[in-house]
Amino acid sequence: MRYYINEINKAGTVAVDDTILVKDVPATAGSKMLESFRPLFSAEAVERLEKSGYAVSGKTNVGEFGFDLVGETSHFADYADETSLKGAAAELVKNKNIKAALSVDLNGAPRRAAALSGVDFIKPTYGTVSRYGVIACACSGEQIGVTAADAEGVKEILSVIAGHDSKDGTSLPEKKYEYTLDEDVSAMKICLVTELYDKASDEVKSKLDSYVKMLESKGAKVDRISLDVVFAAQTAWQILMSAESCNNLSRFDGVKYGYRSAEYKNIDELYVKSRTEAFSFLTKANIIYGSDVLAKDKYESCYDKSLRIRRVVLTKVKELLASYDAIIMPVCSKLSFEPYDTKDAFTKVFDESLYTAVASITGLPAMVSGGVQLVADSFKESTLLSIAHCAEKEGA
Amino acid sequence: MKYELVIGLETHVELSTDSKLFCSCGGHSSPKEPNDCVCPACSGMPGMLPVTNKHAIELAVKAGFMLNCKINQYTTFDKKSYYYPDLPCAYQITQWFNPICVEGTVDVDGRKIGIKQIHLEEDAGKLIHDEATNTSFVDFNRTSVPLIEIVSKPDFRSSEEVISYLKKLKSALQFAGISECEEGAMRCDVNISVRPEGSKEFGVRSEIKNMSSLSEIKDAIEFEKVRHVDAIERHTEILVQETRRWDDVKRRTFPMRNKETAADYRYFPDPNLMPIVIDDAWLEEIRKSMPATADEKAKYYEDMGIAAKEAAVLASDRKLCEVFDTVVASGRNAKTVASWILTECMGIMKRLEIATLDICPDKLSRIIELVEKNEITRAAGKKVLSAVFEKNVDVDAFCEEQGLNQKVDDAFILETVRKAIAENEKIVADYKGGKVKALQALFGLVMRELKGNGDPAVIRSLLETEVNK
Repeated sequence: MRYYINEINKAGTVAVDDTILVKDVPATAGSKMLESFRPLFSAEAVERLEKSGYAVSGKTNVGEFGFDLVGETSHFADYADETSLKGAAAELVKNKNIKAALSVDLNGAPRRAAALSGVDFIKPTYGTVSRYGVIACACSGEQIGVTAADAEGVKEILSVIAGHDSKDGTSLPEKKYEYTLDEDVSAMKICLVTELYDKASDEVKSKLDSYVKMLESKGAKVDRISLDVVFAAQTAWQILMSAESCNNLSRFDGVKYGYRSAEYKNIDELYVKSRTEAFSFLTKANIIYGSDVLAKDKYESCYDKSLRIRRVVLTKVKELLASYDAIIMPVCSKLSFEPYDTKDAFTKVFDESLYTAVASITGLPAMVSGGVQLVADSFKESTLLSIAHCAEKEGA
Repeated sequence: MKYELVIGLETHVELSTDSKLFCSCGGHSSPKEPNDCVCPACSGMPGMLPVTNKHAIELAVKAGFMLNCKINQYTTFDKKSYYYPDLPCAYQITQWFNPICVEGTVDVDGRKIGIKQIHLEEDAGKLIHDEATNTSFVDFNRTSVPLIEIVSKPDFRSSEEVISYLKKLKSALQFAGISECEEGAMRCDVNISVRPEGSKEFGVRSEIKNMSSLSEIKDAIEFEKVRHVDAIERHTEILVQETRRWDDVKRRTFPMRNKETAADYRYFPDPNLMPIVIDDAWLEEIRKSMPATADEKAKYYEDMGIAAKEAAVLASDRKLCEVFDTVVASGRNAKTVASWILTECMGIMKRLEIATLDICPDKLSRIIELVEKNEITRAAGKKVLSAVFEKNVDVDAFCEEQGLNQKVDDAFILETVRKAIAENEKIVADYKGGKVKALQALFGLVMRELKGNGDPAVIRSLLETEVNK
């Protein structure tokens, strides 16, 4: 019961995380709020997998609504006697229990999990994979991605799930995407973000160093550059994510489905008690933060400003990507996390989001492989896959 | 001192679309058992995403054209958050930052009334309270049905202007097929203040929420005017800006509880709905699909030879126009059709207390045809028409069944008259003996025999000739 909810017994099958709907199979998003919820339909990505002959074999555990580091805030997981935190999907892939997993990347959790378990994860360009059937938090940035053992596995599954879906208004018009692993790495120019490198642990630095060395040995040119918008991106994404989540999670009110408090005197009490009893600390913290930044007197200075920062960050990163094929950076500050006190969750996760926020807020594709993170321009998933594939052949 | 009223209106109108604003559930005209017309999207299930109904956009643009608005060719949807059990997502999708239409005007009783904006939004569901079991039920049929909110500038100066505006709006919206404007489907918030005549400053404003009956709107405005003037002149109370509701039993307004009004709706752009860009070609397409306005229609009817007053009545109601146009198109004479609709149909509707003309135009056309060809009398025609209204009978079958279509030419009448004289010697004798009234009895017998058919004047004259032979 620690890593997953349903029994997963078929290696070679694909699991999906518990924020992705599979018809008639409980979907909890890791929350007590949705313990009893059974969806009436499957996510588009699940339908596509099944139509292509993949067996969707089970649901993997997630942190409540995906806000946390790697899944530790799930109502259904017990990390009490663990010494180090791991992500459920990434561990299952690593142990070859499943071929691959679909995970929703809201705030970097599956990217971090891949780095901790030493597997691959890609968060594709925003709008290429339908979000229809994802229990929504921050619609402007969350994206279904693929966890697999290597770049080949990622490519295979991503090719199946990507493509236009009319049921998602933000889905891009391209019907199908062709991905390749064969781009010539020796001709590539790659840049390393010094701000993020400098802040990471020695363990992470040495991972990056050896990765860079390997790329250079293949003929790629790697420059160290400054990208100071990462700090603004971190705060702005926290604001946008919390605000949108506060709004999207308000539908869980105990009236229609999901958890309802046993006793209440009136409708206001029904709302307050149900939500107080069913949401965990980190979710509540995000709701309160999100509600605050959307308040009338703060909208301009917080939410609207974050929207403008999103545009600035995108412009800056795109400028960089005009001269570089990819950006390399850490995906987390260190390569193992210990369980922490619940009350510290909000700051703990915020600190780590420094490394994941740029890709979250811009919607650019990001891939984790060999414990490092690569970011490329929109629709350049093949560049990321090729770099990862090349590194994996070298045993990096 | 003389005071003037300053009134602005926010009018909510349900659009006549076949489906809801962001899902494919049926729109306003769908079957109405509670929760018949819901899907995971409009009942707030997680995982669903909104997809905008193009027809709703077009209808909102049409409303904009009608009220001479500037159309925002770049328009966006925003989320408005509040908790209420009839709002399944706990947010309403509306237009807060970039409404679809802005800056319009409309002529009301010879004055120009400004329109600040028209925006699109989704409706909420309905709560049903069962007092007996102290339970509340939620019906999501109306959830996400598209509405437009038409926001006027504070340009009204009397309750009469407000009523004229609302009547004009209703007929224009029905005309253009934008809204059916059924009972209760047009709801108003009335913003009202009072100031000394000639002043440029605004007084303290009250907002009367959720009004739908025209007479109540008028009464509420008149009540508020007196309350405001009393407060200013006689210091009966200190006016505060507040939201009030009209109590139709007590015939006055009351302040709403503060809790119901003090809210921060936390508006922000909906990231699931891309901005809508209405390009010039699409705008032109919508413009071309606009029907004639009521004024243009009335002018057209006058040109057909219909008196100005009658033309105006016909043109004021979309249903009347529809029936009239169809019947005339089927080959009937325009003036005759106008008279049948305005005299006979409306007479029957008044007697049966029917508000809208809901009759199959083919049936009306057939009745007029039968009367014109003298196959039945006008009186018989009215009888059939009545039966069509009441039981929706088949015209020819009904005439047959009731014997209304007997050939009642003069020869047939003469034969009936002769028969009556021959069979009623006593009455004839009475008449000849000086009882003039006896002739009336004979007339009645002939009429009965003819089942009400036949021209009374012809019958009378033949009767007089025959009986005196």
